[in-house]
Amino acid sequence: MVSEVRTMAGSGIPLIGNDIDTDRIIPARFLRCVTFDGLGAAVFADDRKALVGQHPFDQSQYQGAKILVVNRNFGCGSSREHAPQAIAKWGIQALIGESFAEIFFGNCVAMGIPCLTANSGTVDYLQKALAKRPQTPISLDLMAMQVHCGDFHAPVFMSEEPRNMFTEGTWDACGQLVAQAQQVRAIASKLPYMAWNR
Amino acid sequence: MSKGTLFDKVWDLHTVGTLPSGQTQLFIGLHLIHEVTSPQAFAMLRERDLNVLFPERTVATVDHIVPTENQARPFADSLAEEMMQALENNCKEQGITFYNIGSGNQGVVHIIAPEQGLTQPGMTIACGDSHTSTHGAFGAIAFGIGTSQVRDVLASQTLSLSKLKVRKIEVNGDLRPGVYAKDVILHIIRTLGVKGGVGFAYEFAGSTFERMNMEERMTVCNMAIEGGARCGYINPDAVTYDYLQGKDFAPKEAEWDRAVDWWNSLHSDADAVYDDVVVFEAQKIAPTVTWGITPGQGIAVDEVVPRADTLLEEDRPIAEEAYHYMHLHPGAPIEGTKVDVCFIGSCTNGRITDLREAAKFAQGRHVAEGVKAFVVPGSERVKKQAEAEGLDKIFLEAGFEWREPGCSMCLAMNPDKLQGDQLSASSSNRNFKGRQGSSSGRTLLMSPAMVVAAAVTGQVSDIRELL
Repeated sequence: MVSEVRTMAGSGIPLIGNDIDTDRIIPARFLRCVTFDGLGAAVFADDRKALVGQHPFDQSQYQGAKILVVNRNFGCGSSREHAPQAIAKWGIQALIGESFAEIFFGNCVAMGIPCLTANSGTVDYLQKALAKRPQTPISLDLMAMQVHCGDFHAPVFMSEEPRNMFTEGTWDACGQLVAQAQQVRAIASKLPYMAWNR
Repeated sequence: MSKGTLFDKVWDLHTVGTLPSGQTQLFIGLHLIHEVTSPQAFAMLRERDLNVLFPERTVATVDHIVPTENQARPFADSLAEEMMQALENNCKEQGITFYNIGSGNQGVVHIIAPEQGLTQPGMTIACGDSHTSTHGAFGAIAFGIGTSQVRDVLASQTLSLSKLKVRKIEVNGDLRPGVYAKDVILHIIRTLGVKGGVGFAYEFAGSTFERMNMEERMTVCNMAIEGGARCGYINPDAVTYDYLQGKDFAPKEAEWDRAVDWWNSLHSDADAVYDDVVVFEAQKIAPTVTWGITPGQGIAVDEVVPRADTLLEEDRPIAEEAYHYMHLHPGAPIEGTKVDVCFIGSCTNGRITDLREAAKFAQGRHVAEGVKAFVVPGSERVKKQAEAEGLDKIFLEAGFEWREPGCSMCLAMNPDKLQGDQLSASSSNRNFKGRQGSSSGRTLLMSPAMVVAAAVTGQVSDIRELL
């Protein structure tokens, strides 16, 4: 079930804009479902409709892209995991951006999808390079913490704890958490409210 | 690194251990679930052959998809009906309490837990919904999670988390007339930005919050997430305890006294260390309304839509996007903007005190011609209380519709939606593109009183003129 995420490589797709919220990534009407299946087709549904074919997710040159390059505060708003699920089901395996909203970032960790940050100059370079030469291969190295794009390379960042989860293959924490059930019960028994009126 | 804050104390008391990644395994005292973000989590449990470890620590309700007009089953929307049945079956199978429609306890998840006394100081609370920060109003550490994490809480009653930094946001003084808790949080977000809180828990402190009632405090904490802070809280005090005492799940008798002692011990120390401190003056906060497509794009109701050249360079592209999407012109006053739909409700402002305040301004006035206005109580209890006070009649006489409890048009996963590019004056929390159900629909966030002012005048209006 769990596997190490250390390097990712493939073609990239630029998506320009700050504060792109999860309602835009997957509008609420697509949340009327009991599985995540089929969300890939609806990713950015309204933004794509508004741009009639000119949204990067519709442009032929970016089909098959694995690495999404975004700007600031990507994934803000609703906690809906449907958002990263839709992005992943479209084919994205990693994101690089100036910054990510916290719940979105955490959802991506739990799904094994790294969200790496880079300074705005790096992001800008990558987005421009992908606009000019869409097939330029990009690679992300979580061991060396570098992004490579053609001849270009630059440092990328992720705080140590989630990075460990990717590189050690423990991003799906469920098994580790469940294994501590005894200690969980011990801590719970010390919390006064556990005994009140329940 | 913070030290001696309520956040630090509650975090430490709930720490099960350190995971190999370095993250903390944190015990979750109360887990709230609803129909949208839980079905996949239960499916994952089944796939892994796991059960719910503490079924008595999870409470379920249905809110996002419920129609607010005809709630008869099966729902007209077969997808909504399928979600409803999934929740009913999952709760039954795992022995989880479910407050269904008609139980007398159903409602928006962040309204029902506090009103029943489930939400208490010193708890850790998680829910697959970003507005879980609401519960921080009680001095709980509460935050939104995704579906995989809902699975983790169901299976282990814990989460794997990195500790947040703590920023104290102090607001001091009395609010001016016509200025509400909603304006305070919109003002804070406008100032610190929608990503200003990323990586932080917000501790709201100072005399302004101390003088707020619990429902006002919930409005503030509810929108911490709109400022990027996953979690916001207020230290518990006599106001908190007065609200809690006698509630269904509040501790009783001798336990109550022990509880108060424990809660007091969790209060941030006088010499607590914060990672950051920001101070505001209540007197400087005006009735606030958003003009753009993020909750940070707010202005005082008597200000003009900001010109791009007055904004930070990094904020200009989204401002340009907002002018275009909102059909608003930089430099134009927001006051006087025609509205089509007025919505009062949501986990931000769907509580009884919100409805009382709104009714005060609706009484003796009438919704302007051509405006659709509706009030959605946040829970069955809120609805019952409002009807006992005759608020429903005030709204109906004023030309508002009076609906059944649910999330309604806050996120429009139900039949309540904007049409086309209608402009909505909304007491909810998000003005994102398409948020209220139409891909070109436009939302202006404001206090419930300001929504009434917009409804009765047909345009964005300054509540101070109705005082």
